[in-house]
Amino acid sequence: MRNTESLQRLAGPGGTQAPGYLPRLLPAGLLAGPASLAGHLARYGPPPSPGLDRRRREGLLEEVERSGLTGRGGAGFPAARKLAAVAAGHAPVVVANGTEGEPASAKDKVLLARSPHLVLDGAVIAAEIVGAAEAVVVVHHSVREAMEDAAAERRRAGSGRIRIRIMTGADRFVGGEASALVHWIERGMPTPTRRPPRISERGLGGRPTLVQNVETLAHLALIARYGGSWFRAVGTPQEPGSMLVTILGAVNQPCVHEIAIGMPIQEVLSLAGGASEPPQALLLGGYFGTWVGAAAAAGRPFSSAGLAALGAGPGAGLIAVLPANACGLVETARVVRYLADESAGQCGPCLYGLDAIAGELQRVAEGRTSDLSTLRRWLGQVDGRGSCHLPDGVIGLIRSALDLFGPELEQHAQGWCCATRTAIVLPVPPRRQR
Amino acid sequence: MSTGTRLRVDPIACDGRRLCAEILPELVTLDDWGFPIIRDGDVPDRLLDEAREAVRVCPKLALRLEGPH
Repeated sequence: MRNTESLQRLAGPGGTQAPGYLPRLLPAGLLAGPASLAGHLARYGPPPSPGLDRRRREGLLEEVERSGLTGRGGAGFPAARKLAAVAAGHAPVVVANGTEGEPASAKDKVLLARSPHLVLDGAVIAAEIVGAAEAVVVVHHSVREAMEDAAAERRRAGSGRIRIRIMTGADRFVGGEASALVHWIERGMPTPTRRPPRISERGLGGRPTLVQNVETLAHLALIARYGGSWFRAVGTPQEPGSMLVTILGAVNQPCVHEIAIGMPIQEVLSLAGGASEPPQALLLGGYFGTWVGAAAAAGRPFSSAGLAALGAGPGAGLIAVLPANACGLVETARVVRYLADESAGQCGPCLYGLDAIAGELQRVAEGRTSDLSTLRRWLGQVDGRGSCHLPDGVIGLIRSALDLFGPELEQHAQGWCCATRTAIVLPVPPRRQR
Repeated sequence: MSTGTRLRVDPIACDGRRLCAEILPELVTLDDWGFPIIRDGDVPDRLLDEAREAVRVCPKLALRLEGPH
């Protein structure tokens, strides 16, 4: 049995990957440089290569299904179902999504910079499972060179029949949305496209296309080696495995860590050296995420089940700590303005609605005359009405802010704000010209 | 009576020409910017003809019926 062999080898003297041991994906030490191909293979062993053997490919898909792996790009869709859907089509193609357009998130960039070969393994294995001959790996520009080097290293080693192409992603928030990514690769346009058809049926070059986040592919590379049961040794039975998290804001050491899903939030924060100032609230999931009170969140497990009661979810693994001396409305308004400006401008409700919403929220944040009932009406009107989920994400973020920062809303309506902090907590890129 | 038929708008194609809201005010309202909001749920039997008409006259071909129609 392949898996038993792998586990025995790993449990042996040279093994570093015993079940339950974290990190799995990132190098264990403090080395920031990328793992070499030799170092990568020494740590994990060679990946299985089923080639065109149908039974072995199906066996791998079964392991993925057993693992319970879900997408790590934010939506959490079961990886095995996506693989199976694409595998059913003719001449498919794989796209590894490492664009990570979210300004506050760093986990995919860190993964690509430190463990490029694990992601490439995952892209190749995904391609083998679905029967693709090519994998396009689209990454943030900051890690493009490291990925090119890793791909070149593999070519020199003469590995594999799957063609790997590395591309830089568009520097846009919506550029990582699956149809936008395909559009970008094909035509250099980082904008979502009309549906139907689904990308999994007709995507890149009209072929069935598997778009999978790079962290998901890295997990896949390990599941293919060690099996689904190994993967489940950490995490919760309902949400197995580990995940990368980006921790930022008022913590002593903002960082990316790999945690077992379900780790209490307080413990996750301690990985970042704990809160650096008295915390007020946490933004969970990402800029499409949810504001929650710091005290209410502290003991909750970082998992979908653990955060559901707070109306939140792990999303793309972001935890931002808002200190007590900052204003949640000001932070939210800045992020919402950025997100509204990132609209691809294709859907009316997003183009006009988000812009109006961002403007009204800015008035609220600045303590100018504002109209909360109009703002709330617009939130209801725009929710769910884009081709992609940009409007929904923004509206979810605003709703949670209006819920949590109610007392501040009243102060702002009177024209004052009790925040003493001037430095920003949630980063956004400089505003672009439209 | 439930028909299992849904009226859908493609928000990328839609330009806010508003013909759908004129033909089918029972199912289509407009947001503050003039873009159609389609009421949730199936198209009732008695409105199927109007729904087909709305699909037919949309200048941007942004409307479609899904399910039996």
